[in-house]
Amino acid sequence: MHETVVAENVLRTILEHAEKLKARPVRAVVSCGQFNALNEEAMKFAFETAAAGTVCQGMLLQIRQIPLRASCRACRTLFELNLMTPLCPQCRSEDFDIEPDAPLLLEEIEFEDKQ
Amino acid sequence: MKVSLNQKILSRNEEAAAKNRQFFAEHKVFCLNVISSPGAGKTALLERTIRDLKERYAIGVIEGDIETDKDARRIQAAGARAFQIETKGACHLSAEQVHNALKMIDAQTLDLVFIENVGNLVCPSAFDLGESGRVVILSVPEGDDKPAKYPGTFAGASVIVLNKIDLLPYVPFDLSRVLADIHTVNPQSPVLQLSAATGEGIDAWYDWLRRHLEKKQP
Repeated sequence: MHETVVAENVLRTILEHAEKLKARPVRAVVSCGQFNALNEEAMKFAFETAAAGTVCQGMLLQIRQIPLRASCRACRTLFELNLMTPLCPQCRSEDFDIEPDAPLLLEEIEFEDKQ
Repeated sequence: MKVSLNQKILSRNEEAAAKNRQFFAEHKVFCLNVISSPGAGKTALLERTIRDLKERYAIGVIEGDIETDKDARRIQAAGARAFQIETKGACHLSAEQVHNALKMIDAQTLDLVFIENVGNLVCPSAFDLGESGRVVILSVPEGDDKPAKYPGTFAGASVIVLNKIDLLPYVPFDLSRVLADIHTVNPQSPVLQLSAATGEGIDAWYDWLRRHLEKKQP
């Protein structure tokens, strides 16, 4: 459940921005790579729990999973790597380099427009 | 109104990790973050390593557990400095906890610091502790499906230790499958097959340590 720590960090950042802008956050987007093993359900639950009683309560948290990419050493194709079938889709080679996994990012926060 | 950030979520942890990394560089300390499931043999491997190498290197261990100081006592009995962090529920160590623990073991006077992370094959891998390298241990009785199920952890390893190989005749375990699955996500790091209990294969581990201690990087 490292999602708890991730959720607390996301919440802290959103609260700082909300305070600065004096606005109510309605939506935030988090993105992560495949090696981060961020479970969507656990992440949403952890965020809801952390956000209860704050200005973030009830806001929408979207999680964007970024696929792992690899480049084939045989034919140089850049492809989305499925670890269940670790093959180059072009030439079926098993010889490839995995690109660096996408980091855990808080991409954007959307705030309610002021009346 | 949208605010674009693209900000690293664990940046506070990464700032503390950078401080630790600087500390290790400044004091020429080689630091290994040891990650595995509970019961894979992290403490057993460290005990044996300390007993065999303590005349040669000054070794310290930062122990992470949810409860108790049992592991720190085992490490002290083996002859190394140890400091126990009780996480009280947290499933991994953070860079800040390690930063404070480094002072408790006078790490600047050591050659080698092991951080024995909380037993967990998922969460610790997301937290950079500023270590010089990562040791991931898999033990034979856990089963041969673990590298495929926890690819991120194995991908981040500087070295993989396959422990309890003395049990290979007694449990179903497809060694070639394990090696192939590790190779898929991490083709560059060595896989060392050993038994911390019997000592079989342990010299390859000591060779790996010696080589990296000499250049102080993974």
